[in-house]
Amino acid sequence: MPTFSQKFQTLDLDRPLDVAATASSQTVERILAQGRARTLNDFAALLSPAAEAYLEPLCRLSQQITQKHFGKTMRMFAPLYLSNECVNVCKYCGFSRHNDIPRITLDLDTMEAEARILHKQGFRSILLVAGEHPKYVSNGYVEECVRRLSKFFPSIALELGPLESERYQPLVAAGCEALLVYQETYDEETYRALHTAGPKKHFHWRMDTPERAYDAGFRRLGIGALFGLHDWHKEALALASHAEHLLQVCWKAQLNVSMPRMRPAKGEFEQVEFLKDHHFVQLITALRIFLPHVGITLSTREPATLRDGLAPIGITTMSAGSSTEPGGYSSFDESTFQQTRKQEGEQFHIADERSPKEVAAVLARLGYEPVWKDFDQSLIQA
Amino acid sequence: MTQQNTQPLKIGDREFSSRLFVGTGKFSSNVAMRDAAAASGSQLVTVALKRANLSGDSDPFANILDYLESDRYLILPNTSGAMNAEEAVRIARLAAAAGLPKWVKLEIHPDPNYLLPDPIETLAAAEILVKEGFTVLPYINADPVLALRLQDVGCATVMPLGAPIGSNRGIETRAQIEIIIEQARVPVVVDAGIGAPSHAAAAMEMGADAVLVNTAIAIAPDPAAMARAFAKATEAGREAYEIGLGAISSKAQASSPLTTFLNA
Repeated sequence: MPTFSQKFQTLDLDRPLDVAATASSQTVERILAQGRARTLNDFAALLSPAAEAYLEPLCRLSQQITQKHFGKTMRMFAPLYLSNECVNVCKYCGFSRHNDIPRITLDLDTMEAEARILHKQGFRSILLVAGEHPKYVSNGYVEECVRRLSKFFPSIALELGPLESERYQPLVAAGCEALLVYQETYDEETYRALHTAGPKKHFHWRMDTPERAYDAGFRRLGIGALFGLHDWHKEALALASHAEHLLQVCWKAQLNVSMPRMRPAKGEFEQVEFLKDHHFVQLITALRIFLPHVGITLSTREPATLRDGLAPIGITTMSAGSSTEPGGYSSFDESTFQQTRKQEGEQFHIADERSPKEVAAVLARLGYEPVWKDFDQSLIQA
Repeated sequence: MTQQNTQPLKIGDREFSSRLFVGTGKFSSNVAMRDAAAASGSQLVTVALKRANLSGDSDPFANILDYLESDRYLILPNTSGAMNAEEAVRIARLAAAAGLPKWVKLEIHPDPNYLLPDPIETLAAAEILVKEGFTVLPYINADPVLALRLQDVGCATVMPLGAPIGSNRGIETRAQIEIIIEQARVPVVVDAGIGAPSHAAAAMEMGADAVLVNTAIAIAPDPAAMARAFAKATEAGREAYEIGLGAISSKAQASSPLTTFLNA
């Protein structure tokens, strides 16, 4: 069975790219009437300028499909940044090696204290995030973090530099459920230009990470592209193809897709093209209509008004009250939820600064149950 | 609810006057779930343990069980999230250890997208759990031989699907379910795919012993009202079944038969 990076080398995106540019309104109407985009070309048609005129019916269909599969619920999670040490040079990222920021790796006690803050806020699903560094973020460290957290977090996910399957196995054994790895951009040339040094420069190695993680036993996989680095049609088509491939090959894994948009961060990076709000909405609905069962994650990168608007039309998983700096949660004042110090070491600055409690209250007002706990490692693993 | 005119249903050592069972997932709030369960008149509700807190401490962020009165319903823990027999058995044991009834809705779906049940793992888990004294209600594809095998190992019911979970597509597996009902020595509960009260009525008219409904109630604009609609349809379908429905025929039946002379 070829891996996705092997398939990707001969994947013909020209035809769907053409559809995304030139699809007619009749095609969009046909897909709406069918209630499902059954092919990559149909997905492409939903990204087209013609489909822009159908944003309202696309949103309605997307909402209907999402509610059928996921109910009127929203799974809640929080990221916990373990370390911003990183050997990679990624031109758009705040943690990039040459950026002059305070470098922090949490010791186990500080890490646990941060996690306790999140637990108190309600989170039972946590995502551990770390830069890529052979010294500070070595495998044994993350495993220790997982072992500590598994005592009070029923669901633990990871977002780290890609590893070999054998090196994922101890993390699964320690109690990790999910692995997230975003390709950032699916355009190889752009990728090479943006990742000039460090292990991250290996485009294909990164692309096959979800498959290696699945082989190691992760039950949930997350993929994504960082929109703003390259043409959004091309990114969307490649991301959807990747998702399709993983649904077939990693059939036991729950798949989550994320479509973060570039936010201001330290460094000199100028983004190619900001993905406009209405195109972002179009993209989410298109993905939902093409892949009804995949989870779609929306983080605090996006502003409150947009998050509240998107919650009922396709999103299934949300973070809230996030800090993207290692140790950042202890800097929030508990009652006012204001930050008491500037976060110089953050990866990017979040846009939705509301507390988890506030976000949960808005979700309830929108008619959605915030689900804090939807998985329990202790139920399946001694 | 109106007075029940139908025979009670017996599963294991319990008797149920309502033949509508309900699920607790996908609701817009725990309050909406509680109200819908009450309005359904159901005496059996199933809960995914992965959403509950089994530590014994109250957790306001994982408190779905707090919304279900255990004197009103039989709370049927389900093993949703289990990908194989080993995990399902572990979940059932932990539920019993936490003080929930020693009953289990056995659901093993390794494919998280269509949530179709794994027949091989389900049979293996059922065997173990029955031996351990559990009342086992397995969720299965509408496979008559699997249904027989599960009865043979001592399952209390079989729960064939009408269509995939959450699909609202109705009884697409009708022909297979008819065989299951014909051959069953245990109650047959049609689970999954029931998207409209007419589907519930159709299952009951076919002779199913009960139906289990979740999505169609949970995501309705008014879940409690929809639960009542399902209750009426389930009861009507059962009543019609017990009375005996006329056979469907493609030919007209003469109202003046030709053989009356034989009675003269």
